[in-house]
Amino acid sequence: MTLEQPLNVESSRNVFEVQDLKVYFRVKARGSKLFVRAVDGVDLTIERNRSIGLVGESGSGKTTLGKTLVGLIKPYSGKVLFEGRDLYGLKRGELKEFRRRVQMVYQDPFDAIDPLYSVYDAVAEGVRILRLYADKQQLDEAVYRALETVRLTPPQEYAVRRITSLSGGQRQRVAVARSVAMNPDVMILDEPVSMLDASVRGEVIKLMSDLKQSGKTFMMITHDIATVKFFTERIAVMYLGKIVEIGDSFEIISEPLHPYTQALVAAVPVPDPQHKVQSLAKGEIPNAVLPPPGCRFHPRCPIAQEVCKTEEPLLREVRKGRFVACHFA
Amino acid sequence: MLVVNKIVRVRNFSVVFDTPRGKLAAVSNVGFDVNEGETLGIVGESGAGKSTLAAGILRLLPFNAKIASGEVVVDGKNVLAMTEPQLNKELRWTVVSYVPQASQNALDPLYKVRDQFVETVQAHSDMREKEILAKASELLEHVGVDPAKLDSYPWELSGGQKQRVMIALALILNPKIIIMDEPTTALDTIIQAQILELFKQLKQFQRLTSVFISHDIAVISNVADRIAVMYAGRLAELGGVREVFSKPLHPYTQGLLKSVPDMRRNEVFGFIPGLPPDLVNPPSGCPFHPRCPFVIEICKTVLPTFEAYGGEHYAACHVASQKFVEVK
Repeated sequence: MTLEQPLNVESSRNVFEVQDLKVYFRVKARGSKLFVRAVDGVDLTIERNRSIGLVGESGSGKTTLGKTLVGLIKPYSGKVLFEGRDLYGLKRGELKEFRRRVQMVYQDPFDAIDPLYSVYDAVAEGVRILRLYADKQQLDEAVYRALETVRLTPPQEYAVRRITSLSGGQRQRVAVARSVAMNPDVMILDEPVSMLDASVRGEVIKLMSDLKQSGKTFMMITHDIATVKFFTERIAVMYLGKIVEIGDSFEIISEPLHPYTQALVAAVPVPDPQHKVQSLAKGEIPNAVLPPPGCRFHPRCPIAQEVCKTEEPLLREVRKGRFVACHFA
Repeated sequence: MLVVNKIVRVRNFSVVFDTPRGKLAAVSNVGFDVNEGETLGIVGESGAGKSTLAAGILRLLPFNAKIASGEVVVDGKNVLAMTEPQLNKELRWTVVSYVPQASQNALDPLYKVRDQFVETVQAHSDMREKEILAKASELLEHVGVDPAKLDSYPWELSGGQKQRVMIALALILNPKIIIMDEPTTALDTIIQAQILELFKQLKQFQRLTSVFISHDIAVISNVADRIAVMYAGRLAELGGVREVFSKPLHPYTQGLLKSVPDMRRNEVFGFIPGLPPDLVNPPSGCPFHPRCPFVIEICKTVLPTFEAYGGEHYAACHVASQKFVEVK
């Protein structure tokens, strides 16, 4: 079962095209007509075999956007095109293939895997559900190969272990192996290292970088802009449901143009006592039910002017390949 | 002449947990001082014994933990000889306050913020409710929380606000020392930066002595004057923050420093292969030897002693003592 040919060649270069995507949740109060505007008008293109980091604070809508891309949440409006075809118009069989090809690794390895499973069952779960094997031997192969890819070796030994007997780093690798076993084309990783100790973070990042070399499209969702610098080619910065800056990772970090991105970069601690973090953004991210008018960042912005309170800045290309939504960029 | 007052003195301190699998040596023979007015940063991985050490100093250990050896003197008081009522009236909160890990769990969700202030203060002093609330409002203002939040429940506050409330709560009885366990860990980077700045302001303003615990060595580099690196319940290295960062002696410290992404550089960050040891069955010799890139024969059998390397810079490493360590 494969997807039909994409509609045109142009769109096949892009794995995902997100057009004016809005994902709203109804506020669960009696009679309430309010919505949480988790994603509120996002345009984004994810090119094949390239990687993108989606960065922002909790409440910026980044996880919701990720879940919408894998088809777990239906949008309020707007479109998600997968290889040029509307994701929410896929037929049953096509959806099944989509679910194999696009995998998401969830935030918390302690939460995301059933603790009663053996490692084998955890890794085999998706392969079994989609019946991607002909016999037991094929299933074994798929599981062992995935465990080898994430370097839980020898795989036969790890396969029989209980999830609860593993460390956080090992659990995270099982979570990655679950996805790898499906042989996906696209992997969406939600905060893959934030739960891990520093000494093993680098190991998980290296592992995923090796997977990246093998020709997969990656999206990493994180609040830590430092980690994506070393992992993804492009960075998209999200604030309160909108993308405020997007461009090449190294360029964004060496010269952030949006005041929010500047605040994110200045807040990252580096291991050097001479270099202190700076807090450039005041206050906290407001809730997304009634976002501030004008530029959503203006109440926290150190350079906000009158115009920012009333006029919403559009994402525009300020230099080649760099888009910023700020009146003063 | 400047006399440095050693307000905390810990010697040979060990804590053992009784577990179904046997005795677990969570903290073993740890010794250090904290000078008045300074910030000591304690860094290490999960399971290194940081939180047990902090709780042990205040005798706040769970029932299955026992202080197996050592001496703890805080502000002239022999802590290990104090009774529980003495600890509550004369040490906890009045001399040393403690902000435990995950402050969202430290605040009781069923009580309003005002009640948490009243309850905490009345457990440790005779202050009247009116006085407590006046002081609480003043402190909340000071840490950047609207005093109206006294009438909120903890779940109505954001993570950053809860952490600020915890800091205000820790300061209310004018303690000399504040111990903060992972105060920024669950926070977003921007909020973390705000809390770190607040912490620095408070330190200058109140002349506080503090112990700041974190698994993140980059966070520690932002706040600490001196740093203690813990591994497998023991001190691996101790020294002034500049000395330790510019010339880390212990291979574990070197590994930790390489494991943190440094945004100013373009090289990918590294990692320390392997896992921390099981402290029910710790490895023989140096506990770090199974992961150590510089391991030599002696490391496998003999526990290295904690030795001084010029001034106040200490490390427990055979290789460092044999000067095999690469000097950067």
